[in-house]
Amino acid sequence: MLEIKGLKVKLEEEDKQILKGVDLHVGPGEVHAIMGPNGSGKSTLSYVLSGRGGYEVTGGTATLSGVDLLDLEPEERAAEGLFLAFQYPVEIPGVGNMTFLRTAVNAQRKARGEEEMSAAEFLKHVRAKAKELKIDADMLKRPVNVGFSGGEKKRNEILQMAMLEPKMCILDETDSGLDVDAMKLVSEGVNALRSPDRGFLVITHYQRLLDHIKPDVVHIMSDGRIVKSGGPELALEVENNGYADILAETA
Amino acid sequence: MASNALAKRRADETEARIAGLTLPEGAAWATEARQAALTRVTAMGLPQKRDEYWRYTDPTSLTADAAPTVPVMPRDEAPVFGEVERLRIVFVDGVFDAGLSDPLKLAGLEIETLAEATAKDIHWAKDLLGVLEANGQSPVPRPLAALNTAFASDGVAIRVVGKPVKPVAFVYLQQAEQSDVTVHHVIRVEPGAEMTLLESGPAAARLSKVLEVDVADGATFHHVRAQGRAHERRAVTHTFARLGAESTFKSFTLTANGRMTRNDCVIELTGDDAVAHVAGACVGDGADFHHDDTVFITHDAERCESRQVFKKVLRNGATGVFQGKILVKQGAQKTDGYQISQALLLDEDSQFLAKPELEIYADDVACSHGSTSGAIDETALFYLRSRGVPHIEATDLLTLAFLAEALDEIEDSRLADDLRDRLEAWLVRRR
Repeated sequence: MLEIKGLKVKLEEEDKQILKGVDLHVGPGEVHAIMGPNGSGKSTLSYVLSGRGGYEVTGGTATLSGVDLLDLEPEERAAEGLFLAFQYPVEIPGVGNMTFLRTAVNAQRKARGEEEMSAAEFLKHVRAKAKELKIDADMLKRPVNVGFSGGEKKRNEILQMAMLEPKMCILDETDSGLDVDAMKLVSEGVNALRSPDRGFLVITHYQRLLDHIKPDVVHIMSDGRIVKSGGPELALEVENNGYADILAETA
Repeated sequence: MASNALAKRRADETEARIAGLTLPEGAAWATEARQAALTRVTAMGLPQKRDEYWRYTDPTSLTADAAPTVPVMPRDEAPVFGEVERLRIVFVDGVFDAGLSDPLKLAGLEIETLAEATAKDIHWAKDLLGVLEANGQSPVPRPLAALNTAFASDGVAIRVVGKPVKPVAFVYLQQAEQSDVTVHHVIRVEPGAEMTLLESGPAAARLSKVLEVDVADGATFHHVRAQGRAHERRAVTHTFARLGAESTFKSFTLTANGRMTRNDCVIELTGDDAVAHVAGACVGDGADFHHDDTVFITHDAERCESRQVFKKVLRNGATGVFQGKILVKQGAQKTDGYQISQALLLDEDSQFLAKPELEIYADDVACSHGSTSGAIDETALFYLRSRGVPHIEATDLLTLAFLAEALDEIEDSRLADDLRDRLEAWLVRRR
């Protein structure tokens, strides 16, 4: 599914290497977590995969089901089934949440040569998914993320994920800014989407999100590389001992 | 240019422009009003590029002797406000067309053509025709409005005495490629009465339009217009409004296309607790697009509210101008004045020129103004694209979102939706 080989990335504007050769393979149905200290390149990885500007790939490859992601526009990556849940979901005044969702769903369908969803079908679908995430009708009507609380924003991300049904989901610090209840709600939303043909890459600082979204593999990232991979126990080790021990051991 | 050379040029141009024109026939009072207007325009002279309020907008095409040649657009689009029940008053090349118009009868309204009204020896329009225009000549001269008052033979006079069940719609159609249109409307909304005026056009090679509206105490006047569609057209419009106590005036203009559009709006709040809102959304594409909103609101009574909201989307070298002023006279205490003008520049060649002005002589007022111009929000754009929305669609979505704040000023959601759909179609056609 998601195959990253030797990925090297620098900032476009300055001579600063952020990713120094990342190798990662996430298979269908698998949940991988990436942990690591601040500035290790976790978020950069998510941005580069989803096609945000400002970065230059200097080496390596990234493919999704064999399709070269790095060659595609962000919207083409999305249509290929890649989804990034943002750490800071963007507020868009003047664009209704519902309009946004329908435009996105139908744009992807169109790009894949599928028929667009009718207004009635879409409405039914979105209401059901919103209900599961405790997103009320008012939130659907309001402009995208405008005036939403931190928790509402993250739930809105998961709603988009549920509606778009991507193959590969990247969650960038989805737990940041969430209280315990909100984290539970978001995690339930994510878990409901787990399926044998969908992969997840969960980027987080903390082990507690992984209590709710149980990973198959945990990677530790440091200074632009994945320095250690292991089972869920690796996250516990980080929680108990911090990164210092692991980093010292791999240095 | 030396000032006497400028004065000579101004006088020559004015003389040349007036040379071929004749004052329309009418009753003594109308002739007097028109002659007074002619005296005004001769004294002021036609605008020159060096004039204070013409610095950003070249008046040449508006003051030239003849209109340019503008191909007539096919009437293949559904008419603006077509879904709304309305009384249609149609002008073809600036001439009232009784055959295409609905009968000029609607409960709550007295409608006459300007020709009919000005032919009568005694008529209420005497207190309005050229009167608000003349008032609006100070402190900023508006010679093109006086020129219009002097020579306009067509238009309508409406007296609103009740609350008509549907809006009146002025529809301007173009038939001749060089149609040079001068129309002048006068509307008096009697105390407590209400009306909504829709306008669609200006379908003319060149249009000069003046609207004088007297909104009496407790009366309400709503105005929504759509200015399209031909690329080569020129237009200058003036709206002069006088507001009585506890009256409401709300005007919204959507402009798309046209090489030159200058919309002057001059409002005088003369009665306490009156409310005036003026708003506009404009979309311009191409280096020959020039759009200018010039607004002057005078607060001359207590506790009045005025609000100006103007948004422009400019691309491929288009130019937008906003000159908005709030003048608060001595004694106009508790004035609430607000003004915002914003431009979304979709490339580096487009430009927005803004001149917001506040002049305040009362000491207990709340006035604010703001003006911004900027590019599309890259973060929002990426967010939309990351959800699969293609670049161009995402740009359009953000563009519409930018304009939404101006469209929100329209109270009637049917009218707002109609204009929003048209804006969307305009954007889609340019993908």
